Amino acid sequence: MSMNTLLEVSGVSVSFDGFKAINNLSFQIAPAELRAVIGPNGAGKTTFMDIVTGKTKPDEGRVLWGEKSISLLSMNEAAIARAGVGRKFQKPTVFEDQTVSENLMMALSADRGWWSVLWFRPKAENRDRVAELAEEVGLLDQLPRLAGELSHGQKQWLEIGMLLAQEPRLLLVDEPAAGMTPEEREHTTDLLVEVAKTRAVVVVEHDMEFVRRLNCKVTVLHEGSVLAEGGLDHVTADPQVIDVYLGR
Amino acid sequence: MSRSFIAKNPSVLVFLAGLALFTLLVTVFSEGFGVGGLSTSFVKTLGKTLCLCLVAIAMDLIWGYCGILSLGHFAFFGLGGYMVGMWLMYARTEIIVEGALAQGAIPPTSQEVIDGIGTQIFGVVGSSEFPSIWAFSDSLILQLMMVVLVPGLLALIFGWLAFRSRVTGVYLSILTQAMTLALALYLFQNDSGLRGNNGLSGLQNLPGVSASQDVVSIWFLWASAFALGAGYVLAAFVVSGKFGSVIRGIRDNEARVRFLGYPVESFKLMLFTLTAMIAAIAGALYYPQAGIINPAEIAPIASIYLAVWVAIGGRGRLYGAVLGAAFVSLVSTWFTGGQAPDINLGFYTIQWVDWWQVILGLSFVFVTLYAPKGIGGLFDLIKTGEKS
Ligand SMILES: Nc1ncnc2c1ncn2[C@@H]1O[C@H](COP(=O)(O)OP(=O)(O)OP(=O)(O)O)[C@@H](O)[C@H]1O
Ligand SMILES: [Mg+2]
Repeated sequence: MSMNTLLEVSGVSVSFDGFKAINNLSFQIAPAELRAVIGPNGAGKTTFMDIVTGKTKPDEGRVLWGEKSISLLSMNEAAIARAGVGRKFQKPTVFEDQTVSENLMMALSADRGWWSVLWFRPKAENRDRVAELAEEVGLLDQLPRLAGELSHGQKQWLEIGMLLAQEPRLLLVDEPAAGMTPEEREHTTDLLVEVAKTRAVVVVEHDMEFVRRLNCKVTVLHEGSVLAEGGLDHVTADPQVIDVYLGR
Repeated sequence: MSRSFIAKNPSVLVFLAGLALFTLLVTVFSEGFGVGGLSTSFVKTLGKTLCLCLVAIAMDLIWGYCGILSLGHFAFFGLGGYMVGMWLMYARTEIIVEGALAQGAIPPTSQEVIDGIGTQIFGVVGSSEFPSIWAFSDSLILQLMMVVLVPGLLALIFGWLAFRSRVTGVYLSILTQAMTLALALYLFQNDSGLRGNNGLSGLQNLPGVSASQDVVSIWFLWASAFALGAGYVLAAFVVSGKFGSVIRGIRDNEARVRFLGYPVESFKLMLFTLTAMIAAIAGALYYPQAGIINPAEIAPIASIYLAVWVAIGGRGRLYGAVLGAAFVSLVSTWFTGGQAPDINLGFYTIQWVDWWQVILGLSFVFVTLYAPKGIGGLFDLIKTGEKS
């Protein structure tokens, strides 16, 4: 694994009841890189994230992480998250029974052991950080509200805020713009581009306008493997890509 | 736990004040310390009710807050009772045996005393040997440590096996119920070392204490009230702040909590063990007031009742658990104690002793379907009523 790779996935396959959802997939990303992943429904984009985050164990292949090239395959979800992989889910998943502020506080980077969590009482700097994150995702005036009362778009924002709060080295973002207004989409792209200056960010998105604004390398997935990779203009000119994805 | 914690949770102060007032009032009207009016057996019922409220708080922590429907917490409660019962029985029998042997011409050897105690305690199950589990029963301190250590260790081992294999939901409930049943069946055996279905008895008589039950019942009332107050403060501390956020998160979406990096299994294991210990302390205070503990107390149905109390009181709020346990267990005592007058309909006589179970079952179904917040939910209505 080269010095300039944060995550290296190679030769990974996984099947569900005989159906190959991921087929000999290989993927690499640098420590400060923005990458868009596109592909038709069922291409395996979410399953790819499941594998990296430890939710699904692949049948074969390697998933290596960081400078020391440690394998993520032997780690559980929580350990992978603590190693620095953060994830935003396709369907926004926030803790609806708790306030926006509690959601962010829970995500805030800190010791995750039960003993220190038990004694944790938010300090001024923690509260400031939560307010700062809330401002960044436009939820500053919503802090005391229950997350369950937020609109779909606001829940998306909250989850993005929680993702940032974790301060991960790699952000896996599954369809962040679903349910957002055009202005909100623009804000999201700006945010992701900004974050990717210091971290690795993988964004799954169907909306081509959104991907164009990200202005980054694109990986096209199809039937569980990489069909094409490169600039957006390059991959959209690829006849195979047009055939399976854009031409429909 | 700091002073600011209680200051920030005024409901804790309200609860403690209410509990103190209740305890004082009962004392004032008791036979032992006050003007009379409340019978000693009723004082004991109230003291026992406080213990049931404490075990309900433990149940609310593990189920209401963390979503683990344990049907085994009454087993930990019973184990706590057994642990304290062993010392009570040993120490009291020792005094009796020593007294009897002192009548003889030559002073008894210590072996004769031990044999005498053994015969007294285990005669009913045809034995006179002390089983090894009674090794510490001559020491109050050690046996009090066993009150928390034995149920705590059982919970730790059981929880470690279950949570590590990610057994959740109804499967976990069934597993806890199986543990409870296995424990009860084991204790029913004569060679369990705990006197089989005879259980441990005479627990209301404190060794070396000549005070009457009128007085002792008030001591236990105060001890139970103190334990309930401490348990309430501890539980309120645990569920406030980030730990509370994390366990409620585990209840609502366990996988999401994992993706935030929290070791979900160790949070569950810690809480399961802690609540088992709280349940055990409640049991250790309950059974000296009840006077007897036998394996029937640990029967699976008891743990199910515990869940019913918490559901009716309103899970996910501590005062809900307390209200549910107090209300349902007191009403239950009234109905099953034969105080409720039977209703003769001519063609059929409603006997509350039998019908109470049906009412309880129906109210559980009603609460689950139509009032998931339970009695505690009424407080929300009052609050929203004030606002509007
Ligand atoms: N746990 C599972 N069990 C069985 N099949 C699964 C499972 N997870 C995913 N699949 C299947 O694997 C394939 C890939 O699914 P995946 O969710 O990764 O697609 P996707 O690219 O994220 O699609 P979308 O754009 O619709 O979100 C689909 O055919 C899906 O039905
Ligand atoms: Mg998907």
